[in-house]
Amino acid sequence: MSHSPSLPAKVRARDINVHYGDKHALKHVDLDIHAHEVVALIGPSGCGKSTFLRCINRMNDQVDSARVTGLLTLDGDDIYDRAVDVVQLRARVGMVFQKPNPFPKSIFDNVAYGPRIHGMARDQAELDEIVMTSLERAGLLAEVRDRLDEPGTSLSGGQQQRLCIARAIAVSPELILMDEPCSALDPIATARVEELIDELRENFTIVIVTHSMQQAARVSQRTAFFHLGELVEVGDTEQIFTNPQHPLTQGYITGRFG
Amino acid sequence: MTDNSPTAAAAHRPSLDAAAHVRRRYAAERRFKAIGLGAIFLALGFLAILLWTIVSNGLSAFMQTYIRVDVRFDAESVAGEDYQGAIKSALYARFPAVESRGERRELAALLSSGADTALRRMLTADPSLVGTTKPVWLVASDDVDMAIKGHISRQPGASGNRLTDRQLGWLGELEAAGTVEKRFNTILLSSGDSREPELAGLWGAVVGSVFSLVITLIVSFPLGVATAVYLEEFAPKNRWTALIEVNINNLAAVPSVVFGLLGLAIFLNFLGMPRSAPLVGGLVLALICLPTIIIAGRAALKAVPPSIREAALGLGASRLQVVNDHVLPLAMPGIMTGTILGMAHALGETAPLLMIGMVAFIVDIPASPLDPSAVLPVQVYLWADSPERAFVERTSAAIMALLLFLGAMNLAAILLRKKFERRW
Ligand SMILES: Nc1ncnc2c1ncn2[C@@H]1O[C@H](COP(=O)(O)OP(=O)(O)O)[C@@H](O)[C@H]1O
Ligand SMILES: [Mg+2]
Repeated sequence: MSHSPSLPAKVRARDINVHYGDKHALKHVDLDIHAHEVVALIGPSGCGKSTFLRCINRMNDQVDSARVTGLLTLDGDDIYDRAVDVVQLRARVGMVFQKPNPFPKSIFDNVAYGPRIHGMARDQAELDEIVMTSLERAGLLAEVRDRLDEPGTSLSGGQQQRLCIARAIAVSPELILMDEPCSALDPIATARVEELIDELRENFTIVIVTHSMQQAARVSQRTAFFHLGELVEVGDTEQIFTNPQHPLTQGYITGRFG
Repeated sequence: MTDNSPTAAAAHRPSLDAAAHVRRRYAAERRFKAIGLGAIFLALGFLAILLWTIVSNGLSAFMQTYIRVDVRFDAESVAGEDYQGAIKSALYARFPAVESRGERRELAALLSSGADTALRRMLTADPSLVGTTKPVWLVASDDVDMAIKGHISRQPGASGNRLTDRQLGWLGELEAAGTVEKRFNTILLSSGDSREPELAGLWGAVVGSVFSLVITLIVSFPLGVATAVYLEEFAPKNRWTALIEVNINNLAAVPSVVFGLLGLAIFLNFLGMPRSAPLVGGLVLALICLPTIIIAGRAALKAVPPSIREAALGLGASRLQVVNDHVLPLAMPGIMTGTILGMAHALGETAPLLMIGMVAFIVDIPASPLDPSAVLPVQVYLWADSPERAFVERTSAAIMALLLFLGAMNLAAILLRKKFERRW
């Protein structure tokens, strides 16, 4: 299963189960995510992709009914350990959501918010520096350089999503979780974001949920296929798309269901 | 479905049946619109009648009749502070033919018993007046005022006429000489309550209302917002919070007089706070406002899209940071609108304030929230209860002041909402 067995996994999931009340949403999931790779999570709606993603930065804590069991580690540290502070965890694990959700504040403040609350900049100059590099890396700087004071909500959908990515990387996370980041974008904006994901791989590890098979094929190195809460198959993206082992995967890839 | 091949008919052309159906649908829609419009016009009509009665009754209260007499500021009466005496001598000098005591008393009754305050004010402003004779406009009595304004008939013997034939004669004489005038009624806007209608003012009640509302705001706004934020953002959703929610909704429906009794029992009897004071009034009104603010606050917090919370949480903001940096600022216009509407409601409350003794007759203008005071709605209640004809127009004037306050607060709420309205 492992892509490069020599490297220790960045994220290691072992026998992860998630219940929402009585609903068993994620069943016995084992998955390793390695540094500097893009892992795509695919599968039909409601199969638990988002649930798995939200385990990694403990966003499931927000859901009163959610209960997570199993072992989930980030660089060997148990994410669900009592001693772990979620605030610090989320500084290491950034997240980009399905619908672009910039704060109704200026473009600058959107990106600066994370560094501010984590005390990452000692003075304004450092903060400016962080904001500029983040916008640059998100490929947005050229478009917004002279309107940093305008509200983030005034940007187009694709720009908003890149702003959200800039906002996430401003905190210098190690891992970025993306939950269907392009599902609300038009094809051109989608292409820009996909390019960006490829560039970001150099510095970050990325887990991306996607509904688009082509997208998974384009941006990811490894792909995991979920079905009804179970991880059916995981492997190199090329292998999953050309030579799926499991009949369910095969069916989904060829569009027979989903 | 009159056709032989029902599927074809349904698919291709509307049958006669269908056309009739469409007509009926349009007719029903038209009827509904007509009923709605009718209801609105009825409501507007009643509102117009209400406003028209109040304004037409109350407008004349903003004018007051004054009579000019030549007052001699002789050193003797100034030294003895006998300004009434000075006024009376001035009147007797104006009508030298009046000699009997009874007649003189009637003559003096043309002017208000409080007319002397004007003289006192003139003298303190300019002490050099002593020894001179000056024409002075003095407040007429309420009966004269009513007669001049035409609210009471000036026909001798007509019903409601409280002036004697002699008084009417003098008044006619004064008018003919051009020494009777209606002037803007500053007394109404600047003094406290009085038994004499021509000396009674709203200012005491306005100040009392402002003090009460400030106390209400100071107490209920932070408490209400904190409660709303806790319940909406922090509290676990369980049976206890559900119970609390139901009870808050119930509190909003509790008759306000019950809150007045609660205030009487707790603030006055148990804590020993001063009676009739805006402090206690404000606290009681705060109790009444609280459920409204909490409910409005929760609605405003709920309206903030969850995606904003997720965005902030995903960046590693603590729950308190999420609330302080994002949710609360976004919900604030809604919370403030709710608060202002709650306060506007509190402004008009009368019954609970009667319970804590704010119905007392208070002449002085309160200097602090601890002084006994009236509030506007109670002032309306008190004046409406007074027998003098001149209080009728003053009651309407007080209602106008109250409505003005309400209008201003509602306008503030609308402006706030417009200014901070956000779309995402
Ligand atoms: N907050 C929640 N409360 C209850 N059930 C949930 C919640 N979130 C997700 N679920 C359920 O868990 C299952 C997996 O959901 P999700 O992870 O969102 O699926 P996916 O992202 O793959 O479409 C679904 O059946 C969904 O109904
Ligand atoms: Mg999902």
